[in-house]
This record gives sequence, structure tokens and C-alpha cells, in this order.
Amino acid sequence: MLNKTIKQLADGLASGEFSSTELTQDYLAKIKSEDAKYNAFITVTDEHALAAAKTADERRAAGKAEVLTGVPIAIKDIFCTQGVKTSCGSKMLDNFIAPYESTATQKLSDAGMVSLGKTNLDEFAMGSSTESSFYGPTRNPWNLDTVPGGSSGGSAVAVAAGMAPVALGTDTGGSIRQPAAFCGITGLKPTYGRVSRWGMIAYGSSLDQGGPMAQTAEDAALILNTIAGFDPKDSTSMDKPVEDYTAQLNAPLTGLKIGLPKEYFGSGLSDGIRNAVIDAVKQFEKLGATVKEISLPRTELSIPAYYIIAPAEASTNLSRFDGVRYGYRCEDPKDLEDMYTRTRSEGFGTEVKRRIMVGTYALSAGYYDAYYRKAQQLRRMIKQDFVTALADVDVIMGPTTPSTAWNIGAKNQDPVAMYLEDIYTLSVNLAGLPGMSLPCGFHDGLPVGLQVIGNYFSEAKLLNIGHQFQTATDWHTKKPNA
Amino acid sequence: MQWETVIGLEIHVQLSTRTKIFSGSSTAFGAEPNTQANAVDLALPGILPVFNEQALAKAVAFGLAIDAEIGKQSFFERKNYFYPDLPKGYQTTQLEAPIVGRGHVDVLLDNGESKRVRIHHAHLEEDAGKSLHEDFHGMSGIDLNRAGTPLIEIVTEPDIRSAAEAVAFAKKLHTIVTAIGICDGEMSQGSMRFDVNVSVRPKGSETLGTRTETKNLNSFKFMEEAIHLEVERQIDILEDGGSIIQETRLYNGDTKTARSMRSKEEANDYRYFPCPDLLPVVIDESYIDAIRDTLPELPDAKVSRFIRDYDLTDYDANVLSASQAMADFFEGVAKSGGDAKLAANWCMGEFSKYLNQNNLEIEANPITPENLGQLIARIKDNTISGKIAKTVFQAMTDGEGTPDQIIEAKGLKQVTDTGAIEAMVDEVIAANLDQFEEMKAGKDKLMGFFVGQVMKISKGQANPGQVNQIIQSKLKG
Repeated sequence: MLNKTIKQLADGLASGEFSSTELTQDYLAKIKSEDAKYNAFITVTDEHALAAAKTADERRAAGKAEVLTGVPIAIKDIFCTQGVKTSCGSKMLDNFIAPYESTATQKLSDAGMVSLGKTNLDEFAMGSSTESSFYGPTRNPWNLDTVPGGSSGGSAVAVAAGMAPVALGTDTGGSIRQPAAFCGITGLKPTYGRVSRWGMIAYGSSLDQGGPMAQTAEDAALILNTIAGFDPKDSTSMDKPVEDYTAQLNAPLTGLKIGLPKEYFGSGLSDGIRNAVIDAVKQFEKLGATVKEISLPRTELSIPAYYIIAPAEASTNLSRFDGVRYGYRCEDPKDLEDMYTRTRSEGFGTEVKRRIMVGTYALSAGYYDAYYRKAQQLRRMIKQDFVTALADVDVIMGPTTPSTAWNIGAKNQDPVAMYLEDIYTLSVNLAGLPGMSLPCGFHDGLPVGLQVIGNYFSEAKLLNIGHQFQTATDWHTKKPNA
Repeated sequence: MQWETVIGLEIHVQLSTRTKIFSGSSTAFGAEPNTQANAVDLALPGILPVFNEQALAKAVAFGLAIDAEIGKQSFFERKNYFYPDLPKGYQTTQLEAPIVGRGHVDVLLDNGESKRVRIHHAHLEEDAGKSLHEDFHGMSGIDLNRAGTPLIEIVTEPDIRSAAEAVAFAKKLHTIVTAIGICDGEMSQGSMRFDVNVSVRPKGSETLGTRTETKNLNSFKFMEEAIHLEVERQIDILEDGGSIIQETRLYNGDTKTARSMRSKEEANDYRYFPCPDLLPVVIDESYIDAIRDTLPELPDAKVSRFIRDYDLTDYDANVLSASQAMADFFEGVAKSGGDAKLAANWCMGEFSKYLNQNNLEIEANPITPENLGQLIARIKDNTISGKIAKTVFQAMTDGEGTPDQIIEAKGLKQVTDTGAIEAMVDEVIAANLDQFEEMKAGKDKLMGFFVGQVMKISKGQANPGQVNQIIQSKLKG
């Protein structure tokens, strides 16, 4: 049961091959026996899950099941889930039981999906390795000494290690795509505004977007069908009809125009990844696509632009964690100043504090024009580069990451080295475009991700491309044997 | 040295929307603490604001009422600072592109002159909650019911030159925002709060002195007191050779004292930047026109109409149109009484005095415009004298019925029977023969004495005009 895609699980549940309760019990048992190795989950919600599974079985018996009713899922612990601890990987929220439900998880629950628990992440989604979590690092099932990527590392590992058939992640600068690449799964960051941010704890509000982390593109399409759509509670969500993302999966790729940005294949890219990506592109040529070199000239500038804008937004988004209303409060505060200072000094980890300080600095009087305003100008130029490129090609392809998963501890003393690992993913968030990572090979035994970037609201096209690739290749079926 | 005071005001006006500016919580005043604070108001992790269009409509209405430019592309920014009653750690407000641009308010001063105060801009923002420092055993309580209440902050140019001008301006602003229905005007509930920026300079100087800001004054009286106090303080310092420190001050209305809250150096760096959770507010001409169509008659237009249609003085027209309720009441009285001048005098005189003495709102007072109109009609048709009318008015406030009922029941009808009056005149002359002779000989001043005596024995009910006439005829006879 546990090696099935959610498409297969949905079919099995529909045919009565197994019940949601049986399925859920198996996954919970697997998490219980194996997660000690990985630390992918912060909270496993056994009781909630079994109750939801029972409800799903009853719903199916009543003939009211939807496609995904009864299918389990793991949720990144950044989505507020009512009555369940929602920690965001931080000591600050270690005691926080969300009193309300995020729109994305509500939609999953309305569809009858069964949440197994909340997955580990870099604290407040700030990181590329899931090492900065208050709950300790998550380990990559392909090699337990390596990181799973981040910040949605827990969700990626839950899927890669078979502890959940699919998971929900969020992506601010690569946090779905990069861990998907490191763990050999399929991850989709939708267009900014496609999935509601209501109830998703904000890191960089203008960049954050929730999306599926799945075994296949087809599974990702099923999840996107469920979570996408306008939400009156999120002013930045797009009031645009949701298409059926599975409808185009089988369309042929004949005539597809692929652009390869030369900046994505320069120095800094490991040869192993370069070769895997080039092979994948050749596969698309076999499927009828044409390939041309393009240029995204400001790719390198996306790093400084991102590392101004995201921390600037984060610095104010995280001001609410002040010990007054919920979350961590320091012991015996002397006065208000002391309460603020110690609550935040003790409640936040190093990387979060670093980004709050960077963001605060960038927004300060006298520095705003030099940093924040300039970064916004860069952002517009980066977006324009994509618009220009996508006028000429249908999709852009390249590596998701410059290297494969690194060893735990290797980069977390050198934040800039860590930031450089996001070079191919950041610009997609700055532009607000959809991006997907597909498993496309291995380098030294670790998975390699192919990134596919499409135009605004072209998720159906991306998933079609993913599905066709996965129909022609079997990289996505490889499982770690950790 | 002669000093000139320079004042600029910042006024926070709570908009009377049913729900908050970025959440669906009620804005009603006076609920139990934190019962009107939902997930958004509490700034729970993951919440997002959604802009309340009603707040936009009211802000635009204000802009139109002060003849201001309306920002067709305004946007919200975050103003960052930590305070326990500011749940998100930032206030969502507008800085670079406010909804209301330059406008002006014309104010009638006590000396009869009209003064134009320029409005620099007005922006939309959310109110903070309240910190409660009593009753918590050394701790502070936080009430977030008010957090997220929509405000417009109106910022004037430094055009005001005295406390009296500031008060006149503030009252005019109160008239405008209540007349157009964007604010309930309840000062005691904090619906309008004033920050005053005060500086002084030698008379004739063109450069501005260093200013201080006294924050959060919630009555006209406190504002006036605070300005006087601050002007005196600044002049004292300057005349002693000192210099003014730019600072924020707090005025205590109970002790009539003020203290420094923070200096410029200690001021926050608010790190404003556009709020990424909200879209820019884009409106077009047709939206503005639709709001313009819903505006009631504006106070200045009402004043002009009162002068034109009722032949009132500038002053009377301004006083009567200061509140919508008074203006409506006056028009009702004028209509049913058939004499606008008398209606104005009674509304501004006895009626206002009665309201003030009993601390009554017009809406809650027992006298209807029709009843006061009837009273005026009875004065006009000589049924009663102006003096007796005051007695009738008193009875009306006591709920003794309509003027006609009271006049009837108390027998207050004016005596117009010539024979009866003549008998009384004769009685008075007989009792004061010496004086009557003196008057006959040319001492005209005694006329008042005789009229007064006749009125006295008639218990005020004789028609004074007739009394006068009959005495005149006796003098000739």
C-alpha cells in the first residue's frame, strides 16, 4: 500500500481494495517505526488522522466521496491547523495550538484528505536545509548524513521515505523545489496568488506560496486541483477560475519550445547536475520539443534582491511574536522592554534573528532607498527578464540547484554559502511565476532536480510536461533504501 | 517681545463603519474587553487583512467635503513599532500615497472673520487597542476591541495662530464629519482625537520655531488648555534665553499639567514600507462621482442657504448649522412657527440653554420642533408676550403639554381687552399721581415705570404695546 501514488491510492480506495482507516494506520505505523531516523515530523496527529479516516470511510460508504477522500497527506508545520500545535519550527510557537484553520488545509480536509501530522521545517521557513528548526535537523533518506534541503525538508522527506504519499509545502525562494530536488520527488510552486495564504504563517508575504510535494506530477495536479483558487480572505489571491490540472496531463509535447538560460549553466553548477539536466532536456527533444538558449541576465542579482526583500518583509511579519498574546514569553520579565528583548532573544533561533536584523536594517531611515527600494527595482527588472524570455519560449528549464544535498552542518556556519545555493529558484519567486522540480537523475547517489519554469498561471502546462517526462522516464520511481 | 503662535493639527477621526478596517469584527463601543477581537485583530500567525470598502467610501466622502484631491492610487504601508496594544507590531497606515490629498476648511472666527485652514492630506489607518493599567495588580491589561477600528488621520498645514482658532477649526471639522455621516462625533468615546504641533516665533518672523507635539487630546477644552500651557512654556523658555527641544508631550486634563514623553532622539524609526498583504487601492472617477452623489448638504452650503433663505446673520447661521441635529431642529421650528428670526433666537437662546443645563442631546429632549414653532406662532399673533413665552417654555420642558394647552390651562393668554387694561392704567395713575404729573410735565423716563407697574398688576398678561398706547392717551387727555 505504502509505495503507491495518491492516484493509485485513490483508485484503491474507490475500488474498495483497502479503507482509509487501514491506509492511515499503515502510514502512522511507518512514521512511528521510521521517523526517528529522519525527524521529518514535528507532530504526528494519530487521533485526528484516525478520526478523519473513519469519517472518510463513512463518506465513501454514503457515496459522497471525492477523488482524494481518505487519502493521507502530511502538512508542513507552517499551516495553521485548528486544535493542533502549529510551531513553524520555532521555540516561539512551541506552545501554540492554532485556533483556526488555513484555507489550503481546510480545502484538503473538505476533500476528505487525512492529515497525518505536521512536518519539520527551517524555523519560520528561513533556510535551505531544515537544520534551523527548533526541533532539530531532518535527515535526507538518500543519505542520512545529508540535509533534505529546505525549508520544506520535513514534507520532502515524509514523501521520499514513504511516510506520507504526498505533502503540502511552501516556497518563498525555493522551499518546495529545492527539497524536492534533494529528496528525489516532484514539487510545484504555483503562481503567486494561485493558492490562498490565509493561515500560512508569513515569512516573505510577497513571495510565499503553498504547493504540493508529491511522488509524481499527476499527484501534484490532484493536490493543486484541491487547494488552488481565489480566497476572499487573501487579498493577494487571484480571482481567476481554477482549471482541472489533470485534464492536460496526457497532451503530447510536440512543438514545445524550451529555453535554457545560459546563466543557469555557468560556473558554480556541478558537472553531475549539468549532465543530468542536459540528458533530461534531450529526453524532451525526443518527446517533440525544441530547445534554444536564452538569457536571464539578472539571475545573479536575484540573490541580493531576495535577501533584502524577504528579510525586510520577515522583519515586520515576525514583530507579532512579542510574548504578549500567545507563544513563548520569557520567565519573570522585569518590565516591558525586558519582556520584549528576552522573549525574542530566547524564542527565535540564530537564522531568524539574522534575517530580522538584515530586514530591519534594510528598511531603516537612511538605508531604505539604498537597499529596499533598489531591491524592488531589481525585482521588477528580473520579472521583466522572464516576461521577455517567455514571450519567445513556452517554458524555461534548468537545474533546480547548483549542487546536490550537502552534509548536515557543512554550510550552516556560513549563511552566504547557503544563500548561494538558492540561485536558480529565488528569481522565480521574485517574478511570481510557477516553478516545478522533477527528479531527473543522480549524482554521487543523490537525486538531481530539473526545474521547469512557466508563464503566469501555466501550472497545467508544467504538470503536463512533468507527467510526460515521468511517463518516458523512471527517475521519479527510485526510492531511497536508507 | 511680541510672540506669534503657530499651530498645526493632526486629527484622528474614527470612521463609523459597522466592522473594522481589515477584519469582520464589530466596531461597537463599550463591549466587554476583547470580545470584539477576532483572529485578525489578535494578529494570530498566518492571518491576512482584507480592506473594508466602507472605510474607503467614508474617507473619499471626507475628501470631497473639504474640496480635496482624491488619491486614485493610494496604498497601505506598515508603520513598525512595538507596543503591547499594537498586536502585529506594526500599524497599517498610509504614507507615500494617501487617499485624500490637499484640501481646505473655512472657519468662522469669533471676530467675524473667515479663516482658511489648509489640509495637507488625510490618510486611512487602523486604530490600536487600549492598554489598561489599573486593576491588574502591577500588570497591564490589553483590550483589543478598538484595534483595527478604521481611522482617517487629517493633517493640517501650520495655518492656525491661536488656541481659539484651533478650537474653532476643530469644531468645524466635527461639524463636517458628523454632517456627512462618516463619524459619530462622540468625543468622550475617542471618536475624534487631536495631536497639536505648537511653536512660537517673534512676531513678524518668517521662519518657524522648533515645535513640540502634544498627543491624544480628546476634548476641545483639553486642546485649548494644552495649547495655552505649551505656548506659555515655550515663551518662558525663549524669554529666559533657552531653546525649545523638539519632543512629544502628554497633557493631563485632570492636573492641568503636561510632561515630555520622548524627545526627537528617542523617536522610533518606523521603517515604513508598502504592506505586501494588501493590493493598492485603485479608484476611478465614477466611484468618486457615486460617493459625491450620496453626500448630504455640506455645512458651508447650509450656512449660505440659512443666510439666504432665512435672512440670518453669518454668526447665527454658523451656530445653527454646527450640528446636523440643531440645523434640522431649527428648520422645523422656523417652518411651523412662521418666523425664522424668532426661531433662530429661541433655538440659540432658551432652547440651547435648556439642553446645556440638563446635558441633553437634541434627539433625547422632550420638545419637538413643532411645539417650539407653536410657541413662536403664539408670540407672533400676540396671544402671549415674549416674557410669558418663557414660562410656557418652562412648562413644555416639564412635559405639561403643547403651548396652546399650557396657555389655556394656566390662563396665560395676554389681556388685550382695552377696557380691562384702561382700568388697570387708571389704578396705577391714581396710586402714583405725583409721578404722573411729572411725566406730563416732560419727564418721559417715567413711562417705563408706569408700563412696568401695569404689567405687574396684570401678572405680565397685559399686552405691553396696548398698555403703552393707553398711558400715552392719558397723558394727552
